[in-house]
Amino acid sequence: MAENLANVLHEQLSEGFPDTHRNNSGEGADRRRVVEGVDQELNGQPPSARPSQRLESEEDEDEELTLKYGAKHVIMLFVPVTLCMVVVVATIKSVSFYTQKDGQLIYTPFPEDTETVGQRALNSILNAAIMISVIIVMTLLLVVLYKYRCYKVIHGWLIISSLLLLFFFSFIYLGEVFKTYNVGMDYITLALIIWNFGVVGMICIHWKGPLHLQQAYLIMISALMALVFIKYLPEWTAWLILAVISIYDLVAVLCPKGPLRMLVETAQERNEPIFPALIYSSTMVWLVNMADTDAESRKKPALNSTTPESQAAPSQSTQGPDDGGFTTDWELRQQETLGHMESSEETRRQVQEMPSARPPAIQSDDSEEMSVSGGGGSGLFHSQRGKASDWNWDWNTTLACFVAILIGLCLTLLLLAIFKKALPALPISITFGLVFYFATDNLVRPFMDQLALHQFYI
Amino acid sequence: MTVAVFFGCSFIAFGPAFALFIFTIARDPLRVIILIAGAFFWLLSLLLSSLVWFIAMKASNDKDQQLQRGLLIFGVMFSVLLQEVFRFAYYKLLRKASEGLAALSEDERSPISVQQMAYVAGLGFGIMSGAFSMINILADSLGPGIVGIHGESQYYFLTSAFMTMAVTLLHTFWGVVFFDGCENRRWWVIAVVVALHLLVSGLTFLNPIYEGSLPPAYVILVSMAVWSFFSCGGSLQNIQQFLTCRKNDAGSEVAS
Repeated sequence: MAENLANVLHEQLSEGFPDTHRNNSGEGADRRRVVEGVDQELNGQPPSARPSQRLESEEDEDEELTLKYGAKHVIMLFVPVTLCMVVVVATIKSVSFYTQKDGQLIYTPFPEDTETVGQRALNSILNAAIMISVIIVMTLLLVVLYKYRCYKVIHGWLIISSLLLLFFFSFIYLGEVFKTYNVGMDYITLALIIWNFGVVGMICIHWKGPLHLQQAYLIMISALMALVFIKYLPEWTAWLILAVISIYDLVAVLCPKGPLRMLVETAQERNEPIFPALIYSSTMVWLVNMADTDAESRKKPALNSTTPESQAAPSQSTQGPDDGGFTTDWELRQQETLGHMESSEETRRQVQEMPSARPPAIQSDDSEEMSVSGGGGSGLFHSQRGKASDWNWDWNTTLACFVAILIGLCLTLLLLAIFKKALPALPISITFGLVFYFATDNLVRPFMDQLALHQFYI
Repeated sequence: MTVAVFFGCSFIAFGPAFALFIFTIARDPLRVIILIAGAFFWLLSLLLSSLVWFIAMKASNDKDQQLQRGLLIFGVMFSVLLQEVFRFAYYKLLRKASEGLAALSEDERSPISVQQMAYVAGLGFGIMSGAFSMINILADSLGPGIVGIHGESQYYFLTSAFMTMAVTLLHTFWGVVFFDGCENRRWWVIAVVVALHLLVSGLTFLNPIYEGSLPPAYVILVSMAVWSFFSCGGSLQNIQQFLTCRKNDAGSEVAS
């Protein structure tokens, strides 16, 4: 679903952004002309020196443009990340459904409410291992599909996942919100609302739509995915998955045989515009089986019947758990939301940052996607915190993780501007998020509590 | 505790900082980044100082109330010193970044001046400091409870809000003055800023005798405001021109 969204968003961003990009390149061209004019005036210069001067000035202009774009893009990433986090935290704090423990996903079969700490650790390691291998398999599958040009399969996958997200998850979300606020609602009105929401979302994401509406939909979808993961991943598993995803991201993007790197290279060879979405998609290829282990009927039966094999064949999965659209951002976010993982924002941003590893020309398109995924990740992170328990909730930790994620985002973008090649987006943000989460929760919280008790100010 | 208390206290505590953010910082992406980075640096200093306090607390006797209070006071002082150290570190970082930006731009000038960076950095420190002091208290004010039921002060929320506002604005002014002192190599300025910060934090040890902590903090706030205004080029003439909406005399001479 996320892949689908990313794809659509990317295409629409490409359409929406050409004006700004043309203007900017126009300005750059003007500056270049001015510099060249100055060069021509310097008669004393030997002819060989002038072309190199021109090249240098053009490079400087490119660098300056990159830096100016950089600050603007960072802000364009901050806003969706913040919005997504706000939505997820608000939902977690008000709607109790997403913090209730109602079973686990089929991919995390080992329970975490065991008797001994050792057993719990072992279970969470096994859960994380299963989840990570699912992710790796899905990524490889996506790369293989892309390599052999099965574009229709990928498109179908993305469309199904976005359908699931826009209609089914939002239906559940709306139902729970109505329950929380005791709002009476008839099915006819509800059907109208969900139908309109879903159809407009599909149009905005897969076809054309106003830019702000697209961004709003992406934020809502990120938040929904984050909430779902928050609900179904147990705590230690979520933390472990987050850490391992970061390492996997590093390996997948930087190693020569890494799947994501191969995807990037293949797309570059073919010079195709679908590339950004696939980058997102490949990282998002996480199949989440929404089937409850105790087969509660809250979900549609179709979801319950998914198996890894059926998921691997998207063509037959009208009912398959097609979370193929789940970006790693989203996953990470979920992890964040599930546990005390404040890094969901980071992970989101990280995933977003990955596409931004491409040359600056494409950055403007990616930043929107990135911001949304970053927002989703952030949301996950904070929702993870929320799931712990209500009386355990500390707003300072939320704030600290939020700032840490934003800084991780800045640093990743800075690294992108320096290295100008595909970089993994997750490691920095995840590390910052995790470090700040645990540090703030265990060290700063007692300190600030004592200070507030005595009303001391630092 | 009611919603009215919540909104009132949050507007008191964060109103000025929020207004400053909206009117001066929100439009410029570079300033927003500097603000968030400033908040991050403050957070780092808090992290390290709470680590030190935590170690000291765990290594000492849990039951001794006087000792714990003494350790807390030590923690506060250490945290203040560490905050100023990190402010200096942030100054160094911003200097380097400013040189980099200037080198990359066409006219060899940085898009943002050191004084603007000082203001934004100070505001970043202030917002983060205020948020960390106040947010949990605000969240609690929404829930049920009676303030001061065991004999403590009834005005806990109100005084917290006013103190938070003072601290936020103080950090902003200290940032401006501190950076100015670093730029012009006036080390006594830095010493005065550190001393004032220690003084304001030390005065809060007198709480809940709020007469001892709030009015002096506001006096220091006003004097810091005046000092920072004059240190970044303001003058009585400027104020006069601003109030009477007259153009700069020098500007009109150049035009003619």
